[in-house]
Amino acid sequence: MGFSNQRGSGGRIASPLLEPRWVRWSLTAFSCSFLVLFLVVPLAVVFAEALRKGVGAYWAGITDPTAWSAIKLTLLVVAISVPLNLVFGLAASWAIAKFEFWGKSLLITLIDLPFAVSPVVSGLIFVLLFGLHGWFGAWLDSWGLQVIFAVPGVVLATIFVTFPFVAREVIPLMQEQGTEQEQAALTLGANGWQTFWFVTLPNVRWAVWYGVILCNARAMGEFGAVSVVSGHIRGKTNTIPLHVEILYNEYNFVAAFAVASLLALLALVTLVAKALVERRIHLSSTSLEPTTVES
Amino acid sequence: MSIEVRHISKSFGNFTALHDVSLQVHDGELLALLGPSGSGKTTLLRIISGLEVPDANPDSEILFHGQSVVDCPVRHREVGFVFQHYALFRHMSVADNIGFGLRMRPRATRPSKSEIRDRVGKLLKLIQLEGFGDRFPSQLSGGQRQRVALARALAVEPKVLLLDEPFGALDAKVRQGLRTWLRRLHDEIHLTSVLVTHDQDEALEVADRVVVMNQARIEQVGTPDEVFHHPQTPFVMEFLGQVNVFHGRVSQGKIELDDPFVSEHANVNVGSSPPAVYARPHELDIQRESTSGEGFYATVKRLHLAGPIARVLLEAENGGDVQVHLSLERFYELALQPGVAAFVVPKNGRVFEAASKMKLG
Amino acid sequence: MVWRFKKHSVLPGFGLTLGFTVFYLSLIVLLPLTALCLKSTSMGWAVFWETVSHPRVWASCRLTYETAAIAALINAVGGFIVAWCLVRYDFPLKRVFDAMVDLPFALPTAVSGIALTTIYASSGLIGQWFAPWDIKLVYSRWGIIIAMTFIGLPFVVRTLQPALEDLDKENEEAAACLGASRWQTFRFVIWPTIIPALLTGFAMAFARGLGEYGSIVFISGNMPMKTEIASLLIITKLEQHDVAGATSIAVVLLVSSFVLLLSINLLQWWSSERLRGVS
Repeated sequence: MGFSNQRGSGGRIASPLLEPRWVRWSLTAFSCSFLVLFLVVPLAVVFAEALRKGVGAYWAGITDPTAWSAIKLTLLVVAISVPLNLVFGLAASWAIAKFEFWGKSLLITLIDLPFAVSPVVSGLIFVLLFGLHGWFGAWLDSWGLQVIFAVPGVVLATIFVTFPFVAREVIPLMQEQGTEQEQAALTLGANGWQTFWFVTLPNVRWAVWYGVILCNARAMGEFGAVSVVSGHIRGKTNTIPLHVEILYNEYNFVAAFAVASLLALLALVTLVAKALVERRIHLSSTSLEPTTVES
Repeated sequence: MSIEVRHISKSFGNFTALHDVSLQVHDGELLALLGPSGSGKTTLLRIISGLEVPDANPDSEILFHGQSVVDCPVRHREVGFVFQHYALFRHMSVADNIGFGLRMRPRATRPSKSEIRDRVGKLLKLIQLEGFGDRFPSQLSGGQRQRVALARALAVEPKVLLLDEPFGALDAKVRQGLRTWLRRLHDEIHLTSVLVTHDQDEALEVADRVVVMNQARIEQVGTPDEVFHHPQTPFVMEFLGQVNVFHGRVSQGKIELDDPFVSEHANVNVGSSPPAVYARPHELDIQRESTSGEGFYATVKRLHLAGPIARVLLEAENGGDVQVHLSLERFYELALQPGVAAFVVPKNGRVFEAASKMKLG
Repeated sequence: MVWRFKKHSVLPGFGLTLGFTVFYLSLIVLLPLTALCLKSTSMGWAVFWETVSHPRVWASCRLTYETAAIAALINAVGGFIVAWCLVRYDFPLKRVFDAMVDLPFALPTAVSGIALTTIYASSGLIGQWFAPWDIKLVYSRWGIIIAMTFIGLPFVVRTLQPALEDLDKENEEAAACLGASRWQTFRFVIWPTIIPALLTGFAMAFARGLGEYGSIVFISGNMPMKTEIASLLIITKLEQHDVAGATSIAVVLLVSSFVLLLSINLLQWWSSERLRGVS
């Protein structure tokens, strides 16, 4: 029950836990304008600018061959990085949540590490590793392989920045749920794989979805890290955000915003999906709580 | 300070928490609001405190010492409120918790720092926690926390003390100790107090008067003795202890029982005929032979002797269970064994039929 | 007792999952970060100091820290009010606003960069109101602060919301019964309980601001010594094949992030220690 709906009898006295009306109103007005100014307006502007010169120009911007190749590359990057991080997230959660072992908290900290590394630095470390003057640069070159300024570099950098997303959503939930249900499944004759698939995974599936949604959004939109390693080769190593940058810097604003609007749409879908999944997580966690009796 | 509430109703959405409740609390007494979950007792307490506002009604009134406090917000009502889960401020030491109310006063009426320290010291002594002033709530046991909460409420010298299930979150042994302590404390300070509880033993033991509530209404108000021995409704009878309910018929001024069984919390429809006889287990006697023609035939099923009394469970002829409590002397005199046949004879009991009450025996 | 790496458990799959976890973690995260550490130590203190003490680098680092701090401060104030309203009040479209708070997480930084630049440019929707006063919101420090505020907002709101929701309603009722006014209740009961969450949110927004690149490069104008942030300078150095220089700046950024991460963890440990126990 919120605090906000309690009205005084015949308006005589207000609820003791409510601020005076003018305080409530001015705070709410401030919040709404703050959010509109910083969030709603930028989002709206993307679509407005994209459609400034009509649907035709918009369509031309999206269907341009270089835009199309950027979209394809982004989808490829997502198709590699999201499943890999998903499998990693599930494996890490199982090991961390279901077992007690030495160095566990260190492992959790290390998993969160990529969040603490700024995007440009994330790109830089791969340059140091695979760049021409990097550790493996000469060796790769002798085999005729190129990582930096090529697709593998873009994929690696994206995997790095999206690394913790699934794991950090699933680990706390799995830890909270303990091992009782798994033990019950084992006593009932299930094998390890069946236990995971039929008992553990259904219990955490909304957290997994949540992680995948966030991971996907970041993988599609990553800019800083990818910018360092891609080399900005048109039609080859440009992802959608990099393509937006190039168009924008060429003063091709309509095309830039047209392509950007695709990413903005993705953001909207992400927000809606996130809100839906959050509600499911909330529902499933409240239904598990012991019922309290109120007198 | 006396408290009077008149025609108070409160609903939350479709749920009616209180329906036209009126009640008087005398100056200096300790009154218990007793009832099951959802009976409205906590809501009534919160309305008295000002934490909850009653539904709008021109007749409704809340009076402290004859003066209306309906328009008085909670912070000016000068009530001490003790919460079930203590509601101590976790980031403050015990002493800071107790002194909180004094420090919040406007500068003109605020005691000096040393006065506050003295007052806190006295209260710590009162709640037997001297030397605990610098601890934090997380370092105290449940019983200690509740005593601190009580001291915090008393520090502002409230006109009335309101306690919402104060011992509800504590384990049985601590409860018992605090209960006795609270009663002693009340005898010392004589502060008008209202205690909400769902534990009938607690209410009967601690309170001067007990208000039994059920389904948003008051069922009965009276001293513990009155409500226990002279319940006015089947609900009160059943809520305050174990009861045997016998359904029967009235014929020629006598009651013929046809369906004896034990009931502890059956929901009885008052006023429905045929009437039912309600008798507590100690109000029944067992005889090896029927001497007066009263009573009915039953077989001893199980004995429970670990305690100050003998508890005998019998099975009546129609298969219903009857619970009888005997003194141990009486029990050994009868030499009962499981499987032995005997007569159950009512010594006392009540017939509830509409609002009338009739005594047997 | 015999020391064991792992406590006994009946559940299977420990070796496989932990093995994969450690292998993947080492490959993707630890190996590249080790490369950075080794690179920075191998090039020596002198090279590091030469890079970092260069006026242009110095200016960009100072600029980054200052703007990130201001933006985090704006977010601490604004985000606090937003979180408070979202948790405590009902208003139209509340759930939409609540969902929108995550927009900076979901919207790619390049998109927010060009959108913010368009809005706050002197011909833009909001910028035009400031142009007559000669206030340039883009291609100036203000632009950097605006972009950093945008991307930092959800950190403050999302760390504060659970803290505000967890507030014990009875605590506030107790304060009211004891005669505290609403302001006193806020000041002495609510505020001390949520300050760790607010500081955590501030630190997270600050850390995010330090490392932000995508949205800032569009709005800042990237003028050396004036509006050039540290992340951009790393890229510039790389383009000039000055890997040592780039690494030096990266080390500065990385160490700052780790210090912040550490202080966030300490904060959370401190608050849970302080408030533990009482339900």
